[in-house]
Amino acid sequence: MSRFPTQATGNRPVAVVSFAQYDNVRREGARNEVEMLMPVVGEVFGNIGITKDDVGFICSGSTDYLVGGPFSFVTALDAVGVWPPRAESHVEMDGAWALYEAWVLLQEGEVDAALVYCFGRSSPGDLSEVLALQLDPYYLAPLWPDPVSLAALQAQAMIDAGKATEADFAAVASRARRAALSNPKAQVAYDRPPDELLEEDYDVAPLRRHTLPPLTDGCAAVVLAAGERAYELCERPAFITGIDHRIETHSLGARDLTRSPSTERAGQVAGVGAAKVDVAELHAPFAHQELILAEALGLGPDVDMCPSGGALAANPMMSAGLIRIGEASRAIWSGGAERAVAHATSGPCLQQNLVCVLEGV
Amino acid sequence: MAERCAVIGIGQTVCRSKRDDVSIAGLVREAALMALEDAGLTFADIDAVVIGKAPDMFEGVMMPELYLAPALGAVGKPMLRVHTAGSVGGSTAIVASHLVASGIHDRVLTVAFEKQSDSDAMWALSVPQPFAAPLLAGAGGYFAPIIRAYMHRSGAPSDIGMKVAVKDRLHALNNPFAHLQLPDIDIKMVEDSIMLWDPLHYLESCPSSDGAAAMVIGSERAATQAQSDTGRRPAWIHGMAMRSEPTMFAGRDQVNPQAGKDCAADVYRQAGITDPRRQFDMAEIYVPFSWYEPMWLENLGFCAEGDGWKLTDEGATSMIADGDIPWNCSGGVLSSNPIGASGMLRFLETALQIRGEAGAHQVADARLALGQAYGGGSQFFAMWVVGVDKP
Repeated sequence: MSRFPTQATGNRPVAVVSFAQYDNVRREGARNEVEMLMPVVGEVFGNIGITKDDVGFICSGSTDYLVGGPFSFVTALDAVGVWPPRAESHVEMDGAWALYEAWVLLQEGEVDAALVYCFGRSSPGDLSEVLALQLDPYYLAPLWPDPVSLAALQAQAMIDAGKATEADFAAVASRARRAALSNPKAQVAYDRPPDELLEEDYDVAPLRRHTLPPLTDGCAAVVLAAGERAYELCERPAFITGIDHRIETHSLGARDLTRSPSTERAGQVAGVGAAKVDVAELHAPFAHQELILAEALGLGPDVDMCPSGGALAANPMMSAGLIRIGEASRAIWSGGAERAVAHATSGPCLQQNLVCVLEGV
Repeated sequence: MAERCAVIGIGQTVCRSKRDDVSIAGLVREAALMALEDAGLTFADIDAVVIGKAPDMFEGVMMPELYLAPALGAVGKPMLRVHTAGSVGGSTAIVASHLVASGIHDRVLTVAFEKQSDSDAMWALSVPQPFAAPLLAGAGGYFAPIIRAYMHRSGAPSDIGMKVAVKDRLHALNNPFAHLQLPDIDIKMVEDSIMLWDPLHYLESCPSSDGAAAMVIGSERAATQAQSDTGRRPAWIHGMAMRSEPTMFAGRDQVNPQAGKDCAADVYRQAGITDPRRQFDMAEIYVPFSWYEPMWLENLGFCAEGDGWKLTDEGATSMIADGDIPWNCSGGVLSSNPIGASGMLRFLETALQIRGEAGAHQVADARLALGQAYGGGSQFFAMWVVGVDKP
């Protein structure tokens, strides 16, 4: 009789049993999205010796504006080869939310395994211009504020509130890039002390280059399995014992940018504080955002923070969130952690957040 | 095991070429507030919001759900954004229903919209992509050759499409929310309209609409509560399914897609349907171009392959002709096409019929109804069955 952990959300045990990601690169000029996804989908199935015929549901996450054309997810489906036809869905969101949709379906018990994948290339366009189109179309987007400037407002608000200093941001970046040295998929990794990083010029004050995420082309995939099926596919499945996501208002002026109440709430529902957290993989594209998220989730210095280097090591749009769940799962599979927290974000200045607690048995 | 769930609130905006009296937020909020009022609820009662729309380029706003969160009362709640091409309105309702069927939430607000007048769908569909054939003629240009293949294969007379175009516009006259109101519609008017994509005349094509649709999906407990609060009966969901197949695949039959047949088989199995024409009292099916009615009649098993046009021809799908299986009593996609919401309007109209609240286009004693939406190159399908009886 297999053992399953107690769940904070949902009734049926569902686990991450496989994870694969593309080599995160600044510019994947030679391959399109389908060609990037094919080896990743092959790997995520190959890792556990199954094929597309063994999953009852497929869900993907992506956004058309990165590709610059409508229906980009339609051709991407060719990376899986949905013949005969499959039960399949798509969210215009990071793959972490595609995983949530699949987790919901698995709760009902009709399906035992699901494939989740996502993709996003920053290189075809100017990401600063593209992401400006994500803002309120009547009052904000016409001003074309870029994501770095918006993040800088948030960082400055933290400094003004006395919550953090530029040295704190540099400490986060230094630690993340050093951790990234042991992540073969990292795009940016180095060993430089915070003092040295603080000598860099401002990109948009108070943000210096080291506090910014890289521009990344990439994609990722995960297989979820429920109940006994999880143990058939994985020796030590990473069970999702809690998962929840929340959104805040879009209007930056109406938010306290130094806090993340949506992360806080999602973390409570997902049961983050119910027991000790060994590892956290937070999707903090900007260094200062890790401090906000750690506070919202109540994660102290005893937690192994972003051992992959996080989004500062590689930040493929629409995938960096799912990759956090994949990296946290790897910490469970290896036995290195009993309990891990993964987080994904979307929208300007951490507007929308998903929190996922993973546990081994 | 999945929990029972039902439609307990319904809201839809009037569809027009240009809803320039409202912003995008105003448009979706209009539908959402109607659905909440209908269910006797407020935003505070809602556990999660699931929103859907077709490509973001149709308005020129990337991931607009981020900006729409406050307008839909989603702040502090989970919010999901679905995009599955033309089928998205149906898929969105299904994703929302799974949030209830899985036992996670009690009341989920689901919304779909398109404000086509904010951008140009034809442009958005025609952005050149590297190494891909351009779709410069829009959706009609894509589907016209498939319709030709159907005509050739079935031997259908050439006026069948025009009959569908007339029938759905006559139905629309009984639906105050429908965009096109053409009281003088007849075969001659359709025939005299310009040929857009042979064999499709202008009046055999869907319009470009601004509009939004919203529903509240409730658990059994929420449905019981809503019924006692409002006196309106829930439309119980008896089955829901999605299927997808590839765009480019030599083995595909685009005239009668396997994904559509498989999706129907799945939803029929869940709802206990063995004879759809006899068991359903009505159906709302995604027919953006006239000929898709006979094609989907066959794909959905309402008749044998090759016979779909005969049902249309004899008036079986017409309310006006008192047909035995009325299709698209609302006027369908041919009368209102806010693309992202068009699929949800199909689903919503089935719920309206089951609740007996469809007004002048109500089918008498409708007890079981099928909603269907499709998208992409006839490759994405979403379907549900709703009924008066608790499943």
